[in-house]
Amino acid sequence: MKFGKCDGLLRLVFRLAPAAALLAMAPPALAHRFWLLPSSTVLSGAEAWVTVDAAVSNTLFVFEHRPLRLEGLVVSGPGGKRIEGRNLHTGQFRSSFDLHLDTPGTYRISIANQSVMASWKEGGEVKRWRGPATEMAKNVPAQAEELQVSRNDMRVETYVTLGKPARDVLAPAGAGLELVPDTHPNDVAAGEEAVFVVMLDGKPMAGVEVTVAQGAGRHVERPFEQKLRSGEDGRVRVHFPAAGYYWLQAASGDAAPGRPGRRATCVLTVEALPQ
Amino acid sequence: MNRKWAALAAAGLAQAGAQAQWQAVVEIPRIEVAEYHRPYVALWVEKPDGSFVTNLAVWYDIRPKKGQGDDGTAWLKDLRAWWRKSGRELTMPVDGVSGPTRPPGRHEVSVNPGPLPPGEYVLVAEAARELGGREVLRAPLKWDGKSIDGGQARGKSELGQVEVRTGKGR
Repeated sequence: MKFGKCDGLLRLVFRLAPAAALLAMAPPALAHRFWLLPSSTVLSGAEAWVTVDAAVSNTLFVFEHRPLRLEGLVVSGPGGKRIEGRNLHTGQFRSSFDLHLDTPGTYRISIANQSVMASWKEGGEVKRWRGPATEMAKNVPAQAEELQVSRNDMRVETYVTLGKPARDVLAPAGAGLELVPDTHPNDVAAGEEAVFVVMLDGKPMAGVEVTVAQGAGRHVERPFEQKLRSGEDGRVRVHFPAAGYYWLQAASGDAAPGRPGRRATCVLTVEALPQ
Repeated sequence: MNRKWAALAAAGLAQAGAQAQWQAVVEIPRIEVAEYHRPYVALWVEKPDGSFVTNLAVWYDIRPKKGQGDDGTAWLKDLRAWWRKSGRELTMPVDGVSGPTRPPGRHEVSVNPGPLPPGEYVLVAEAARELGGREVLRAPLKWDGKSIDGGQARGKSELGQVEVRTGKGR
């Protein structure tokens, strides 16, 4: 049973779950939510620091279940420049890291993983392999008997801006499912609407369910939550009723991973600022 | 300033009103707390639809304590409304607009609205205080090129009286 260095998510699932439970345990089907939470999203000054929490939990944005592992962390700054996370830490309930923003502009913070589960028959025996999509070819025979491949793409993101918001890092990565901002994600305020385009592998995708949930902590009984669906052009209009952090999740594909097919999920944390 | 003067020349508005000076009154309430910090304050003009017109004043910590390695601009974002409307587009300091924070009390200052065509506007004042709160006031006004009708508001927490009126020196 091989595990690549990426996809802490799957690793977690596999560590916890007996094989029979995998169908029910695949990440996007879980009630548990994956998220990144930056300490600030809008910053001023010549330079600034933000710290980011990364966790998997039921309540947004309370770390009470598992850390989100930081393998697969990529931060792109102004001009597409890669920024290294500092002080990476993974604890019992959350991971965290710091970012030094030294150039004005917008920074995209992503943890993206593409993983595969494959099963096939070899001499009457059932073989299984799980790991990153990039290593599948090395580990799974292309012409195997009764080959079944289930692919799971997961992307967890947020944006922060120092100074004037820039659009250069908003371009789609083109891999997996994405909530590509049309409205700049650091230019969103309470009572306003923001537009995102759901894209799969860089192409707009219609009919994808998008969940919008306010992170209200554990002391609010009914935090705002709604489900939307992307339109023909992949666009989804999100209304933010009050200031605060919001969790957006788009999920496409087979709702029961473990069967052949592809499931893709994208999470985006957005802060709606007070007016 | 360059943009302002360019606009002025282009619009041929160098006649009456173009160089009007306004008097702004901003009252910063005295707040009895153990650790008081002077608020950051921004005063600007919008159109009734909320679009930004011009800055009148921005008071922030221009010279923070030695050794902090910072010029006080790090907290300009706390003037959230102003930051979004204008602040993030600017390079501080701004001539004729920005200045140091001010103590509690009534402050009367000359401000320059630039070449402002007659019409309806909204005066907006925002104050944000470290360890304190934030308050935004909006005061609609009419400007006929010579005098101001309206442009008065009174805050409840971080601001007292806020007002613009036509300067005497015209």
